[in-house]
Amino acid sequence: MSSTSLAPLKKTPLNAKHRASGARMVEFGGWDMPVEYSGITDEHLAVRTRAGLFDVSHMGQIELAGPAALAAVQWMTSNDASRLAHGQIQYSALMAENGGFIDDVLVYRQTDDHFLLVVNAGNIVKDHEWIVAQAKPHGDVSVVNSSSRYALLALQGPAAQDILQQLTAIDLGAIKYYWFANGEVASVRAIVSRTGYTGEDGFEIFVPPAQAEKVWDAVLQAGKSVDARPCGLGARDTLRLEAAMRLYGNDMDENTTVLEAGLGWIVGWKKNDFLGSARLREQKERGLTRKLVTFEIRERAIARHGYPVTRDGAPVGVVTSGTQTPFLKKSIGMAMVPQDLTAVGTTLDIDIRGRRVQAEVVPEPFYKRPKPAKS
Amino acid sequence: MYPNDLKYTKEHEWVRMQGGDAAVGITDFAQRQLGDIVFVELPAVGRTVKQGEVFGTVESVKAVSELFSPVSGEVVAVNPDLASHPESINAKPHDAWMIRLRPSTPAEADGLLTAAAYSDLVK
Repeated sequence: MSSTSLAPLKKTPLNAKHRASGARMVEFGGWDMPVEYSGITDEHLAVRTRAGLFDVSHMGQIELAGPAALAAVQWMTSNDASRLAHGQIQYSALMAENGGFIDDVLVYRQTDDHFLLVVNAGNIVKDHEWIVAQAKPHGDVSVVNSSSRYALLALQGPAAQDILQQLTAIDLGAIKYYWFANGEVASVRAIVSRTGYTGEDGFEIFVPPAQAEKVWDAVLQAGKSVDARPCGLGARDTLRLEAAMRLYGNDMDENTTVLEAGLGWIVGWKKNDFLGSARLREQKERGLTRKLVTFEIRERAIARHGYPVTRDGAPVGVVTSGTQTPFLKKSIGMAMVPQDLTAVGTTLDIDIRGRRVQAEVVPEPFYKRPKPAKS
Repeated sequence: MYPNDLKYTKEHEWVRMQGGDAAVGITDFAQRQLGDIVFVELPAVGRTVKQGEVFGTVESVKAVSELFSPVSGEVVAVNPDLASHPESINAKPHDAWMIRLRPSTPAEADGLLTAAAYSDLVK
């Protein structure tokens, strides 16, 4: 239970707020972050049924601007950013040469020549260096690590829109999933995007760090009538896993290709060659040798990150994520397994601390939110 | 917070020596560290365990932790309520006993931490 890192932990602009509210804090990616407020189950259920508010200010922002910005983004990310309109967002991979992930990112298009990438907390420095190096040959594009200019709040849950609408003149109903708008929230300059990492409807709100506490308090106050809860990284992890969203460093990394991660839908196959595209095309043509699958365990056991998937007793794969989910009340997870074990219905043997437990490959996601009622 | 009639281990188990048997559970500190508990794996009645030996595991949403026996003895009972209500460990950690042992060396309990010493440890 001790941290091995000697560097002081980084703090978000909301750190004092978390500590004063009695949140349990943990080290995550070099940051001192709240893992839970009222408890993972309570927070998880709040997001699935009402709303929850997360501090995700540890996430990084890297911006590319200039006439060559689009060409640079097209070169280093997997998805086709030319298809983005102003105010639109896409999920993408920041590519490595070998077809793997330097990171998984959200690409926001502000204007023709200005893109904002939201990157994982633990990868900010690595990503920035990589993006600078990869952008250079494209000429006129500036790359700025603007992470310290933004605090990021995620308000997630079916009541998110009703809560946030009390605080902004932006017509939130007009923001479609994976689109964003610039405006004000609680009289604070903000970017508001209809995105999240929970499988639920919701918004992510970028605000200046100095105003983060003001917005945090205003959102919780506006959410009081529906009992919106402040939430920590624990619930964020169980929520994202129920939605089968990948976690960088757990489910994939630099040595996992985009296709092996089961994310072929974020590859812009029709665009020009891009970093790592040769490997992806080759894998697409010849087929994969391994792939990430989602599984369910029907007995009382939880498979956790790093547990071996075995065949005839020998390790052939590995569990990348696993938990008992508070909403579905099932033992679920993801595993990287050989191609012949990837079909839905396949039985996997998982070595859980020396005990062989059977899991079944199931379709993803585990949880899909009900379609919102037409208004 | 930590009842005086219990003895405690550095691994955050408690034992209540009472009428010739020893009830064992985990402390409030332990349940708070684990968060929401979803399963407990406990030994079969009749098994003997040594002091410090692993007698089971407790799993929360976010972590798994081994359970170490505070004293040596034979398992004479396993709490039947925990299979269906593991969350009672979170709610009442010092009442939610996991196993009862017939201690083979009751004096072992004397070497464990008092409530005051344990409170200091987890402060």
